[in-house]
Amino acid sequence: MSNTTLIEITLDEPLLEVKFRRLEKRLSDESAYIESERCYYCYDAPCVSACPTDIDIPGFIRALAVGQAARAAERIIQANPLGASCSRVCPVETLCEQACVRMHEAGGPVPIGLLQRYAMDHFDLDSMKSAESVEIAALHAKPKVAVVGAGPAGMTVAYLLAQAGLMVDVYEAQNLPGGLNESGIAAYKMLDDAAQREANNLLSHPKIHVHYGKALGSGLSLPKLREEYSGVVLAVGLQKQRQLHIPGEDLPGVVSAVPYIAKMRRKEPVPVGKHVVVIGGGMTAIDIAIQIRLLGADDVHIAYRRGEEAMGASTYEQQLARDQGVFIHHYLRPVAIYEKNGQCGSIQFQPTHILDGQLQDQGEMVTWSVDQVFVAVGQQLETESWIAGTPELQLDSRGKILVDEFAQTSLAGIWAVGDCASLSGDLTVHAVADAKIAVSSMIADLASDMRSCV
Amino acid sequence: MTPDLSSEFVGIYSPNPFWLASAPPTDRAVNVDRAFKAGWGGVVWKTVGVDPAVINVNGPRYGFWQGDNHRVQGFNNIELISDRPLGTNLEEITEIKKRWPDRALIVSVMFPLDEAIWAECLPRIALTGADGIELNLGCPHGMSERGMGSAMGQAPDLVEAVTRLAKKNTSLPVIVKLTPNVTDITWSAAAAFAGGADAVSLINTINSIIGVDLDQMAPVPTIDGRGTHGGYCGPAVKPVALNMVAEIARNERLGHLPISGIGGIGNWRDAAEFMALGATNVQICTAAMLYGFRIIDDLTEGMKTWMKGKGYRYLTDFVGQAVPHVSNWNMLNLNYVSKAFIDVNRCVGCGRCHIACEDTSHQAIEKIVDTGRYQVRSEDCVGCNLCVAVCPVTECIHMERLESGVDPRTGLAINPEPANWMQHPNNPLNQPVVKPSLEKKD
Ligand SMILES: Cc1cc2nc3c(=O)[nH]c(=O)nc-3n(C[C@H](O)[C@H](O)[C@H](O)COP(=O)(O)OP(=O)(O)OC[C@H]3O[C@@H](n4cnc5c(N)ncnc54)[C@H](O)[C@@H]3O)c2cc1C
Ligand SMILES: Cc1cc2nc3c(=O)[nH]c(=O)nc-3n(C[C@H](O)[C@H](O)[C@H](O)COP(=O)(O)O)c2cc1C
Ligand code: SF4
Repeated sequence: MSNTTLIEITLDEPLLEVKFRRLEKRLSDESAYIESERCYYCYDAPCVSACPTDIDIPGFIRALAVGQAARAAERIIQANPLGASCSRVCPVETLCEQACVRMHEAGGPVPIGLLQRYAMDHFDLDSMKSAESVEIAALHAKPKVAVVGAGPAGMTVAYLLAQAGLMVDVYEAQNLPGGLNESGIAAYKMLDDAAQREANNLLSHPKIHVHYGKALGSGLSLPKLREEYSGVVLAVGLQKQRQLHIPGEDLPGVVSAVPYIAKMRRKEPVPVGKHVVVIGGGMTAIDIAIQIRLLGADDVHIAYRRGEEAMGASTYEQQLARDQGVFIHHYLRPVAIYEKNGQCGSIQFQPTHILDGQLQDQGEMVTWSVDQVFVAVGQQLETESWIAGTPELQLDSRGKILVDEFAQTSLAGIWAVGDCASLSGDLTVHAVADAKIAVSSMIADLASDMRSCV
Repeated sequence: MTPDLSSEFVGIYSPNPFWLASAPPTDRAVNVDRAFKAGWGGVVWKTVGVDPAVINVNGPRYGFWQGDNHRVQGFNNIELISDRPLGTNLEEITEIKKRWPDRALIVSVMFPLDEAIWAECLPRIALTGADGIELNLGCPHGMSERGMGSAMGQAPDLVEAVTRLAKKNTSLPVIVKLTPNVTDITWSAAAAFAGGADAVSLINTINSIIGVDLDQMAPVPTIDGRGTHGGYCGPAVKPVALNMVAEIARNERLGHLPISGIGGIGNWRDAAEFMALGATNVQICTAAMLYGFRIIDDLTEGMKTWMKGKGYRYLTDFVGQAVPHVSNWNMLNLNYVSKAFIDVNRCVGCGRCHIACEDTSHQAIEKIVDTGRYQVRSEDCVGCNLCVAVCPVTECIHMERLESGVDPRTGLAINPEPANWMQHPNNPLNQPVVKPSLEKKD
């Protein structure tokens, strides 16, 4: 094997159509009808409790069954403004569908995710702009609210606050909204510019003003925001990539998965290896493995240091990866990466096992030859650039912003939602659920402020 | 433009045209209170009668026919009218009306043909603050054995007499609820009209036996080895009800008698269909019994969504719009020719259309030998629609009108001018009169 230079590939439209489109699952009109008729229209339905955003699932499915997909979508959006992206990215097999009462019947659970996708595909996102609003703003002296970060969490907060009648300033470090929806989610889940279309519609509310290229930490400080706004919501996600801390990690060819995916989704050329190893066991590991395979890697191996049951990626996602020819190996801990011709050439693993609940080494080291290694072992909150002004802001043991059940941080007037918040569940749908909580908490706070003003 | 669902029916206002029909959902204050909370526009209280109150069976009172997916298609009951004292009902009605002044509250009654009773009870009902009276002339079981319910509803002169009695003893609007268990529904409507009815509502339940328990050799529901005929309702009765509503709506002699449409309504579309055929509002029973009061959301939101799409602002924009297009068979255009077409790309080759047409229609569908799919031979197709009915694939077979050219089946040129039976040469009444010959041809 003598691959010193990796081929550069751009994920352009033809490639998306030929390779990625195949992975997209959608229902035809007939199937959507048949599947919607399978819903029992349960009362106090378990699927609704299983959805972090409490979408009225039997209600929207009934609207589909009577032939009104757009109304079904409206119902979805009432509970979850990001209903469109959630219908594409939610691991429903671990959320609503696992709770469906038909789970163990012939035919399995009602395909709630696909039905939601069907409804959202029949919805004119533009119609979200003309939302009615309750004029809290007019009553309040400092009516403006600041949201930092325009990912799923920040966009939802901004949209709901604007709907409630508040003026919202959004500060986003990038030049585009969407956060990981735009830059992290696997490309085959977000075809047809879905993330951008949804983001643009949510943020085009007349009460929302987005400031792009404005990052907390560079020119924007938290104390200042607190002073200028009635409330501040932090929705900055996790911007720091966790590392392996093993020798050879800096070699060319060893890549952090999330920035790589971002680059690929921006349609910039990315290097594609032939013999690829992915380190990690979560959704990111699966996503990069599948996508690098679709981009043309010959063999792709995921190595995870624990067993299958401990993997963050659902069984469904693991199967999807295997269907694309990805090999998944368990109980392998990376030890070192070695150089060959100026870039990574092999990777060494220590096999492990679980003893009394503890991960322990066991057996002989193994070495695989590789020309590209992806590191997908998680992200962390980046605070260095902005936290200095507010040392009182407490973080949890994992370095995320500590929040209570109302999404409030340790600093009055500051809320934190989405991946950056300690209580968040790390999925897009959790970001939306957090946002809903923060918005009700904030509105309640502002309303009580108002009462004490008069 | 947000469509406005507010509804007016014989001077009774309700925020939407969806009322719960007189039945178990409207039997008592707790139910009705929950229904109004859920958003129902009005209720017709469970039929009240004279004291002592009736007794219901203590075994199963419902039978049902479940179609695909275990969904109830037809529902049958042997329940009687309210089994609680009149006074209790009236107290609860008073309380509910006070609590929900913007909702319609109608009291359904069933009394014998005895003027003293009507003269005593109707004023008591008026005191509750209720908005109107509905006469239950429909119950096909139990009550009919006592000379009431459908026993009255099936005799036009009794319908007229009882309507007159009611009108005489109340100033509230009187809605006469008709039984479908008659040969011609317009006779019943005409009798109600003659008696001074402000409106009619229909249909009540259809007399039925829903099934037989072949082990007990008795109708279901079976009470200790015996069953009786009951009242049929639910999705299965909708076509019967639609026709009866239309027959009344298009009958000029009935002077545009307002109609409250009932029978098998489960969703906004069903309701819209009744209203298009002339019902000013609708009443619902079985669907609420099967799914709960929450179906009102689908009814109101679904109706609004549809109205918005059509550009209808008010209910009156579409109520009755289909009535002018309901006509007798003899007015249908016989020059209209349509043929079935099978989309070969959708055809799965199941052969259902072929065997249906081959055995029971016009032998017009054949297999395409090399593909195993099917095609229609236009020269044999009479355009009956049977293949569309049996095809399991959506949008695979459709009917298409021949606009011009020659009908390959008859060899006749397509005539763009409509011609109905009254104008057709085959109609004997249309022939120059020929004296019937007395001579016998053998
Ligand atoms: C590779 C990958 C795949 C995933 N796949 C799925 C999936 O299939 N399904 C699923 O449900 N979830 C998935 N997730 C998780 C999901 O994407 C996140 O939970 C979700 O995006 C969190 O939203 P957020 O708004 O909290 O953060 P983000 O999406 O990270 O958005 C944060 C935003 O804040 C901005 N920002 C950051 N710092 C600053 C600053 N200092 N100043 C101003 N702006 C700032 C960023 O530019 C970004 O726009 C995946 C995550 C990854 C990494
Ligand atoms: C259990 C049951 C009890 C009923 N009781 C009455 C009644 O007391 N008075 C009445 O006028 N109609 C009664 N009905 C008839 C309904 O009001 C309604 O006319 C009929 O069920 C058709 O409507 P649906 O198909 O929506 O159920 C009853 C129906 C059912 C199912
Ligand atoms: S529905 Fe209620 S009252 Fe009727 S049989 Fe069941 S439990 Fe008894």
